Amino acid sequence: MTETSEGYTTADGRQIGGVLMEMKNITLRFGGVTAIKDISFDIREGEIRAIIGPNGAGKSSMLNVISGFYHPQEGEVWFHGSKRPAMKPYQVAQQGIARTFQNIALFEGMSVLNNVMTGRLTHMTTNMAQQAMWWGKAEREEVENREIVEKIIDFLEIQHIRKTPVSRLPYGLKKRVELARALAAEPKLLLLDEPMAGMNVEEKEDMSRFILDVNDEFGTTIALIEHDMGVVMDLSDRVVVMDYGKKIGDGTPDEVRNNQDVIDAYLGVAHD
Amino acid sequence: MPDQLLYAIEVTLNGLMAGVLYSLVALGFVLIFKASGIFNYAQGVMALFSAMTLVGIMDGQVPFSHLINAIFGTDIHHFGWHVPAIVAILLTAVVMTAFAWAVNQVIFKHLVNQEPIILFMATIGLAYFLEGFGDLMWGSDIKSLDVGLPQGGSFWIEENTAWLGGEGFYGFFIDQLDMVATVVAVILVAVLVAFSQYTKQGRALRAVADDHQAALSVGISLSYIWVLVWSIAGFVALVAGIMWGTKSGVQFSLSLIALKALPVLMLGGFTSIPGAIVGGLIVGVGEKLFEFLVGPMIGGATENWFAYVLALIFLVFRPQGLFGERIIERV
Ligand SMILES: Nc1ncnc2c1ncn2[C@@H]1O[C@H](COP(=O)(O)OP(=O)(O)OP(=O)(O)O)[C@@H](O)[C@H]1O
Ligand SMILES: [Mg+2]
Repeated sequence: MTETSEGYTTADGRQIGGVLMEMKNITLRFGGVTAIKDISFDIREGEIRAIIGPNGAGKSSMLNVISGFYHPQEGEVWFHGSKRPAMKPYQVAQQGIARTFQNIALFEGMSVLNNVMTGRLTHMTTNMAQQAMWWGKAEREEVENREIVEKIIDFLEIQHIRKTPVSRLPYGLKKRVELARALAAEPKLLLLDEPMAGMNVEEKEDMSRFILDVNDEFGTTIALIEHDMGVVMDLSDRVVVMDYGKKIGDGTPDEVRNNQDVIDAYLGVAHD
Repeated sequence: MPDQLLYAIEVTLNGLMAGVLYSLVALGFVLIFKASGIFNYAQGVMALFSAMTLVGIMDGQVPFSHLINAIFGTDIHHFGWHVPAIVAILLTAVVMTAFAWAVNQVIFKHLVNQEPIILFMATIGLAYFLEGFGDLMWGSDIKSLDVGLPQGGSFWIEENTAWLGGEGFYGFFIDQLDMVATVVAVILVAVLVAFSQYTKQGRALRAVADDHQAALSVGISLSYIWVLVWSIAGFVALVAGIMWGTKSGVQFSLSLIALKALPVLMLGGFTSIPGAIVGGLIVGVGEKLFEFLVGPMIGGATENWFAYVLALIFLVFRPQGLFGERIIERV
């Protein structure tokens, strides 16, 4: 792999672009706990970037920093080549960064379709007065967004549960609906926190396929956290490895797999 | 038809119409509670404050005139103009929206993620503040409110229903104001439902009511939605304030209608809009019918406690209310 500021070509021949998001010397503390210690890494346009590490390593915290749910005490977040000021999560979402949660955060009282429709909110531009006065425009907007949502529902093969209230769905399908909602935002950057946790082998294969297809068909840049090493190795172009809040490895799956620090962390070698 | 039955029907009709107003007040509670988890003790005072503001604007009163006169030694009270009711109602709605914004900016923005009891305490503080603020702004005297709504019994209905009964029956006595209140409340509820189901802001509102974290992740600003629900609750309070204020004058006791909303909420559930509506109707009809049928046997004045006892009995058997979501602790 040859890496330049312009990008690089992956082993399977995909062209990866320049830096989309860059984390510079991020440190995040909760009282006495330092969840992230001075970590820097970048995410490039079009790539699938994995963040791995043992439990409590700080992976979710990192995703929360990117999506604006946590605000680091130190460090800078750069997006599209400019430094991002401290932002609320909804502002980050409006910038084109969508996410899913480790513990699934869906609108339990709504149908699958309505959940996915909420993903389109950042694209709906008519304001309240226009909606009241000029019903036609609002209706047209609804119809257009509905079409996009239906495509995503087809794409993720959840047509059969479109009208089902989310609270009645099994875990694996909920994860898929959450992905659909994030996709509905047509994000530039998609953040997935353990998209396959708690799934059986078949469900994991489906989810892997969807993630690859999303990246391939829509060119969406994806950052994902995953515990299953096999999955990570198959899916990702580059991997950041975290342990106890520190970055202990960064590179292609092969590089990371042969990194002694990473091997130690995963085999549970005592920390000094 | 026997006269006794006709009177029971009349009582039921009157109860339904009283219930509509209870529903309206309860609706204000439910909206805020659903969207932000805040039980807004100040809802009743908001109704009082909005009614005072409406009267003040209509009469061309100078706001804070006591304060101004005390400081500057002046003696001004009125601008000397009168504002048409419809314009004054719109202006009052603007004031209630500004109030909603200020409440979020000054109080609730700083209390995000606090315990519900803290939020509740904050609304108690808010209620007393707003009560005093209203007096300071518009004076504490009892005001009469007349936005041109018809009042008194409807002769037309009386005349045209008298034939139903015998010699002693003079036809149904239905207050015109109650009828107007019912129609307005029905329209208001229909508009609210359409808003929440068919607009982008309504969808965002439902999303926030369902899950804050998920709502943030799809780009919804929580504070925007909170200002929105407080504004809507302020408008609902205004409508209730107009109806009640027209009937019994704008005075402190108006804020006590909030207490009538409590049993309605216990019945209907704190998170259910249909529950607030049906709960209000049940309380309205229940207390009027009970007073009519049982009251004379036990010395009357049952309307003071009936709703609470009904709600208590209901709570024991169905704590989540009629339509409330079942409470399951998440682990
Ligand atoms: N909101 C919070 N408040 C306090 N401490 C937190 C918070 N979020 C995370 N932490 C702490 O930060 C550390 C990293 O947690 P984080 O959830 O980021 O780990 P993780 O790598 O995602 O772990 P897992 O694989 O179990 O999901 C942990 O010690 C955790 O207790
Ligand atoms: Mg995690």
